[in-house]
Amino acid sequence: MALPELKQSTTEARLASLSLPEGGCLDAARRAAVSRVQTMGLPDRRDEYWKYTRPDTLTSADAPNAAVFDSGEAPMFDTFDRIRIVFVDGVFDAEASDDLSLEGVNIERLAEIQGKDIHWAKDIYGVLEARGQTPVERPLAALNTAFATDGVVVHVTGKPSKPINLVYRHETESSDAILHHVIKVDSGAEATILENGPAASRFNKAMEIDIADNGTLHLVRAQGRDHERRAATHLFARLGTEAVFKSFTLTVNGVLTRNEAVVEFLGDDAVAHVAGACVGDGDFHHDDTVFVTHDAVNCESRQVFKKVLRNGATGVFQGKILVKEGAQKTDGYQISQSLLLDDDSQFLAKPELEIYADDVACSHGSTSGAIDEDGLFYLRSRGVPESEATDLMTLAFLAEAVEEIEDDEIAASINDRLYGWLARRR
Amino acid sequence: MLEIKNLHVKLEEEDKQILKGVNLTVEAGKVHAIMGPNGSGKSTLSYVLSGKDGYEVTEGSASLLGEELLELEPEERAALGVFLAFQYPVEIPGVGNMTFLRTAVNAQRKARGEEELSATDFLKHVREKAKELKIDAEMLKRPVNVGFSGGEKKRNEILQMAMLEPKMCILDETDSGLDVDAMKLVADGVNALRDEGRGFLVITHYQRLLDHIKPDVVHIMADGRIVKTGGPELALEVENNGYADILSEVA
Repeated sequence: MALPELKQSTTEARLASLSLPEGGCLDAARRAAVSRVQTMGLPDRRDEYWKYTRPDTLTSADAPNAAVFDSGEAPMFDTFDRIRIVFVDGVFDAEASDDLSLEGVNIERLAEIQGKDIHWAKDIYGVLEARGQTPVERPLAALNTAFATDGVVVHVTGKPSKPINLVYRHETESSDAILHHVIKVDSGAEATILENGPAASRFNKAMEIDIADNGTLHLVRAQGRDHERRAATHLFARLGTEAVFKSFTLTVNGVLTRNEAVVEFLGDDAVAHVAGACVGDGDFHHDDTVFVTHDAVNCESRQVFKKVLRNGATGVFQGKILVKEGAQKTDGYQISQSLLLDDDSQFLAKPELEIYADDVACSHGSTSGAIDEDGLFYLRSRGVPESEATDLMTLAFLAEAVEEIEDDEIAASINDRLYGWLARRR
Repeated sequence: MLEIKNLHVKLEEEDKQILKGVNLTVEAGKVHAIMGPNGSGKSTLSYVLSGKDGYEVTEGSASLLGEELLELEPEERAALGVFLAFQYPVEIPGVGNMTFLRTAVNAQRKARGEEELSATDFLKHVREKAKELKIDAEMLKRPVNVGFSGGEKKRNEILQMAMLEPKMCILDETDSGLDVDAMKLVADGVNALRDEGRGFLVITHYQRLLDHIKPDVVHIMADGRIVKTGGPELALEVENNGYADILSEVA
């Protein structure tokens, strides 16, 4: 079927603005992805899945400029012992990065492996993304598979002693970056990946995560404080039996963010938690779009998203739990809540459950509201000044999402950032 | 210490008068109890004194140590020495009990122009007080009141009171939801704070709390006024005969 004219021309213009890396083990995946993009067309406002978020600045041939923001504070996770892999405006920076060797994990760059004829990543690259195109299309992810210039290819074989930190620096006003990561966690292996930074003026990022039986992956990211940056990110996670995947995303500022997460349970007794906390002030639009598919028995999924919005900021949540026939004993939980600090801000939520098994426990809830007055009075009655009490109540609101981070130190560092954002607005 | 004169209060959102001329003086070192049937205005009095929103003072005044209270923000009243032990302590997820206590103690010290407590001094102090109230270290680490049992919440209120060392302690139905042992523990905590320089206002439905916290003066409140004042024997009278006799007597 032919695409509508406007969609067709937007898609063609965007494709023409990019050059396809050729040859090597990823060549077929990239070409297949180009054809997916051509068939689906890039998203526009008429698409149901983009009803609450305008995609035009994410699909345009050129990225809108975004000023580089100097926060004056130390980068996130700076005090942690970790392996740093630094990308500046989407380009790998070897000098700023650490040596990539670490016991229990093999880290390579996408740009290096794609010249090879054979590589294990070939079985994942673009494969999870392609699976994630049904039942809902995600053309920006296919665009990413086709044109990603770099990324990391991580094979977790054991339990590395420290986290892998992907650092995304933004240094050029007009940068437009496309990165694609592939993470493979072996049976019984466990790793933590940290991501931080705005990455570019416009950032299209995809991460494909394949967790084998009994494998565990923790992912914590902080998307950078640059006010004018834009980002469209996709997470595709596939879990084997008794696998564990826990993801948390902090978003502070950013004019436009669309974070999609697609999780699929293939083995029984697995656990996946996808959580996020965002704080936005003014020109801020933040969209969490999550799709969890239960296709195995006795798996647990949690979606916990909290948004603090003020001065006309907008929050969006589209979350779905799909429980397929036979996925008995599924425990699915979904909560999305916004704290609206004034009357100008808005929260748009579309929680969905689709269940074809008869022995499951699924719940979802979505709320919008102001600060809990009783809690505020309680704190003030103990002598805590109103502004500080308001901040504490805001942190309390965000806590359920932040508590999804298992590591206390990482959680504390996230809370520090949230508190900092609030304190700057007193 | 606490001086309430002809206090009239209505609900802000409704045309409903709750307090209709309360007169009450609590002297330093004394424990006053207020008893009364449901809806008599006891809890409203405690909220108005501590500065909760939603009430409008239409007449009268309240002062602590000569300072007018009613125009002040809740945190300013707290710094002056007002403390309300809540009937239903509020749960605050994500804020550690210890962090909360230190924030509160130091905010009050700062407001009074005193030096903030060092982390070490604070910790030593809080551990001591917590031990007396049988509050374990785990409870101090947990978020404020989250997952606490009824008894734990009330003990946590008393711990805050012990740490903040207020001048005027108002206890709003602190006995509600407590079993006998928990009530004893809470009462011991309160009694340990009884002091020459500190006044107490104990709001309760039942005499039994007053077996443990012995009041100097007992007031009966009905329909927004204090209708009778006496000694501890007045509480016993209520216990034996209910409020009906007293109310018909003053009507």
